[in-house]
Amino acid sequence: MKAPGKMLPRIVGFILRRPVTVRYPKERLTPPEGLRGKMKFYPERCINCGLCARDCPSGACTMHDVEGGKKQPQFDLDFCTFCGQCAESCPKQAIEMTKEFELAHYNKGEAIVK
Amino acid sequence: MPRVRLPIGPQHPALKEPENFMITLDGEQVVDVDIRIGYTHRGIEKLMESRTYIQNLYLVERICGICSYAHVVNFSQNVEEVLGLTIPPRASYLRTLVLELERLHSHFLWLGVAGHEIGFDTLFMYTWEDREVVQDLLEDISGNRVNYAYNTIGGVRRDLGEEQKKRVLDGMDYLEKRATFYKEVAVNEKTILSRAEGVGILKPEVGKRLAAVGPTIRASGVAVDIRKEDPYASYGDVSFDVITTDSCDVLGRVVVRVLEIFECIKIIRQLMEKLPAGDLVVKAPRKVPEGEAMSHTEAPRGEDFHYLHANGTDKPDRYKVRTPTMANLPAVVEMLKGTFLADVPIIVAAIDPCMGCMDRVLLLKDEEKPGERISWDQLRVYANTWYANRGWLG
Repeated sequence: MKAPGKMLPRIVGFILRRPVTVRYPKERLTPPEGLRGKMKFYPERCINCGLCARDCPSGACTMHDVEGGKKQPQFDLDFCTFCGQCAESCPKQAIEMTKEFELAHYNKGEAIVK
Repeated sequence: MPRVRLPIGPQHPALKEPENFMITLDGEQVVDVDIRIGYTHRGIEKLMESRTYIQNLYLVERICGICSYAHVVNFSQNVEEVLGLTIPPRASYLRTLVLELERLHSHFLWLGVAGHEIGFDTLFMYTWEDREVVQDLLEDISGNRVNYAYNTIGGVRRDLGEEQKKRVLDGMDYLEKRATFYKEVAVNEKTILSRAEGVGILKPEVGKRLAAVGPTIRASGVAVDIRKEDPYASYGDVSFDVITTDSCDVLGRVVVRVLEIFECIKIIRQLMEKLPAGDLVVKAPRKVPEGEAMSHTEAPRGEDFHYLHANGTDKPDRYKVRTPTMANLPAVVEMLKGTFLADVPIIVAAIDPCMGCMDRVLLLKDEEKPGERISWDQLRVYANTWYANRGWLG
């Protein structure tokens, strides 16, 4: 007869342990090095090639007119899946993925990176 | 006793995913089961035809949240085969690493879900806490906890640094300790034994006939593992065992998965030791020439099969996916027959079903009539006749 209670020592151990969760927003966990958060766009590096918009899988990155008759990308974070393909496709490193991940906002269309 | 037909789903509080199980009961015993699928069909295969290969990388990943990397590796292998690319050895090793980490997280997750289904939520909490270790490692390596976006056509997108390597090995040490504990629990804890032993029997010959895959068939003593039979990525370079048990029941499936955790850890340690230096990616053209390719991998749930037909443009002509749950569903029907209604949840959960990934277009050829449709007039006539024949005392 196999007796129950194989897990008992661990259950007792749990009573004495600190909770795993932290008290956000007072305490914050540091995001890992490679996290892909909100992107940063450097308009001066952009050569208007449109590769970022072409490769974007979710339609978050679209080309918009800027002065001088040229087009530059805009990123709608409401659509973005943060895959980082735009940053990888960019031949001039004009797009950079930062570690900023707290992107909550009130209205649609507020989170647009230009 | 009259037989009762009990519909479970597609909308049912006990089901997490919308599928319809029509269970015929004789008392408490299940006599027959009809499974109707197709409620979560998302049209991914069709959608893929209108997107470029690079965009598809991220769509394929979203077929399944748990075994997303197995899908994307399949997709990349298909495209690479048509293009005639050979990926660098380092990329191949890193792909294998993420595949195995994914298997680890899937098995821990499943162990928790199985615990939850048998009312053993303590186990659920413990395993999901340990799963966090794997999730953190995956986030560290790829940048995301799920849907890693780690793969690209021709290699991988990120390198693995020395510090990350150390963190992976530390994580493995911790998980090995935990897995030893779960091995002990799985075969000794009465809570599991009383619900899993001798439940959901799948005989090896039945499993083979119905083409069950993955841990489901391995628990019936059939050593089927794509990693061993047709090594892809870097599985040819590492040594590991294919875990099987002969018990053919749900307990066997628990044991197979727990023991596979040890094999995963073994593989990851070998990969970290042998990891070659070199490039991460070979440049792939955007347009893929005409051709077709087939690829299969051992996803955590079993064999995952992908087919690609390319037509010379930058978009696929046809893409086909067969996920492991699809292959295991006919076996579920066999497992359920003759068991008690109370065993249905754990038997269905034991194949680790992922209905969302599985759903494809379903054509019903010889559909059994679910019920006759009659008009109001016909019903009125039927009612009057029935009462007339019943007589006064009926």
